[in-house]
Amino acid sequence: MADYTPSEFMITMSARALAGERIVFVGVGLPNIACNLARATVSPNLELVYESGVFGSRPERLPLSIGDPTLISGATLVCPQSDLFMNYLQAGRIEVAFLGAAQIDRFGNLNSTVIGDYDRPKVRLPGSGGACEIAIHSRKIFIIMRLKKRAFVEKLDFLTTPGHLQGDRKARVEMGIPGAGPQLVVTDMATFGFDPVTSEMTLETLCPGVSVADVQAGVSWQLKVSPQVRTAEPPTPEELRLIREELDPEGIQSQ
Amino acid sequence: MKVTSMQDAIRRHVKDGDTIAIEGFTAFICFSAAHEIIRQQRRDLTLCRMTPDLIYDQMVAAGCARKLVFSYLGNPGVGPLHCIRRAVEKGVPNYLELEEYSHFGTVCRYMAGASRLPFFPIRSYIGDDLPGKNPRIRFIEDPYGGGRVAVVPPLNPDLTIIHAQRADEAGNTQAWGLLGIQKEAALAAGRVIVVVEEIVAEAVIRSDPNRTILPSMMVDAVVHEPFGAHPSYVQGYYDRDNQFYLEWDRLSRDEAATRKWLDEWVHGVRDRKEYLSKMVEKEVDFHRRLSPGEALAHPVNYGKYA
Repeated sequence: MADYTPSEFMITMSARALAGERIVFVGVGLPNIACNLARATVSPNLELVYESGVFGSRPERLPLSIGDPTLISGATLVCPQSDLFMNYLQAGRIEVAFLGAAQIDRFGNLNSTVIGDYDRPKVRLPGSGGACEIAIHSRKIFIIMRLKKRAFVEKLDFLTTPGHLQGDRKARVEMGIPGAGPQLVVTDMATFGFDPVTSEMTLETLCPGVSVADVQAGVSWQLKVSPQVRTAEPPTPEELRLIREELDPEGIQSQ
Repeated sequence: MKVTSMQDAIRRHVKDGDTIAIEGFTAFICFSAAHEIIRQQRRDLTLCRMTPDLIYDQMVAAGCARKLVFSYLGNPGVGPLHCIRRAVEKGVPNYLELEEYSHFGTVCRYMAGASRLPFFPIRSYIGDDLPGKNPRIRFIEDPYGGGRVAVVPPLNPDLTIIHAQRADEAGNTQAWGLLGIQKEAALAAGRVIVVVEEIVAEAVIRSDPNRTILPSMMVDAVVHEPFGAHPSYVQGYYDRDNQFYLEWDRLSRDEAATRKWLDEWVHGVRDRKEYLSKMVEKEVDFHRRLSPGEALAHPVNYGKYA
């Protein structure tokens, strides 16, 4: 038995991917813990930017939402959201952003709007929030989702947030999308990259104890597997200590 | 005299069929205004907000709304908005028309509204299914040769209500913390109600003019309503009641339980003061639990140029 939870695996993989990054757009939940873990380990100068208009947060407790007051006290800047979206996000100043969704397809396109038909939805989901423009303007996108067949689908019920669209990177640029799109998908069983030519999601690392067949069982399409697929280094005792003792001591998100 | 009670402000400024925005991103969400609108049984409202949050979930459950203009339908960090989902998926208590944007789209709509521009250009919605479902999101050719760009129409509510830390009696309003899109939403509106934790002397406002988000000339009514934003929060005054946001997720799943809550906590109290006494009755520690302690800003010197 592994001595860490699936969430702790996702947090650790996400944090490690932030090595060398400077400016990250943080989501609430696992990405928030991941960004703070990265700051404590691989990326001490990482600037945390929140959609609510906050820069340089030093949260003293785990924020439940991206508008939590703990993000504001002690931050370096709090600005109106007109500023945040226009002059920082749209101006291309965000390097990495984390996104999640209810559905993802093989090109990293995301649905967080509806299950079923838009006009007569089976399930009405939250919608875009800032996800659509975050995906267009951040230089790189990291996606965090749990692996399951009804989430990793052949065809989205609705395209809320563009990934690599139909896989043609040139078409994406010509349509006016400046960011490079999804680079990484972190799940509880494996992590994926995207093929540099076809833009197709590609299995790159496995969670210890998980097989390629296990991962395929959670994906609706015939999965592309990297020839260099390997097993990920499990979370280290120090990473687990930081998550459990400092970042999420009550285990709200990570247990 | 702009200072008035919440009952009077809502009676005078909210009419059936109005388009209203009660803005504030996670913070400064004026639940006390929403509850008064529910008590006065306003109907057929078009409710605009980036994040409808629990405030519009409650107003929809109470049957006040005909239409929702929004960009994120969730209980932030918790889950879905169950009452709005019931309205959209099952028509309970009534079907709700939806007009959906992204956050940046809503921001641009308020900016166009505030500055009385005919539309606002925005680099978003590329490759996205939403423009196919919302014909008000359109694409135009950049007249300067930069290719296609999305545009959104102005949003000009009949009324905007915002919450803030303090104002003077004339309505000069100061806020700090998450400023969201409150200023633009107010400048875009036909009428503006400001609800504050404290009414302060004009001299307090004048001692720190950079903190003013709305000048007196923009404000039609000032309501003094401490804790008016609970269960949302006001920076430095009280914390977000996350426990309530979690509790709402549980109770609002059930329609009868939601109606019972509205009967007890909205219809069953006369005003915010009674609501607060009831909160304290239920939980002796209410104020202490939500007290944020102190983190004072370093004073600045504006200078005396006599």
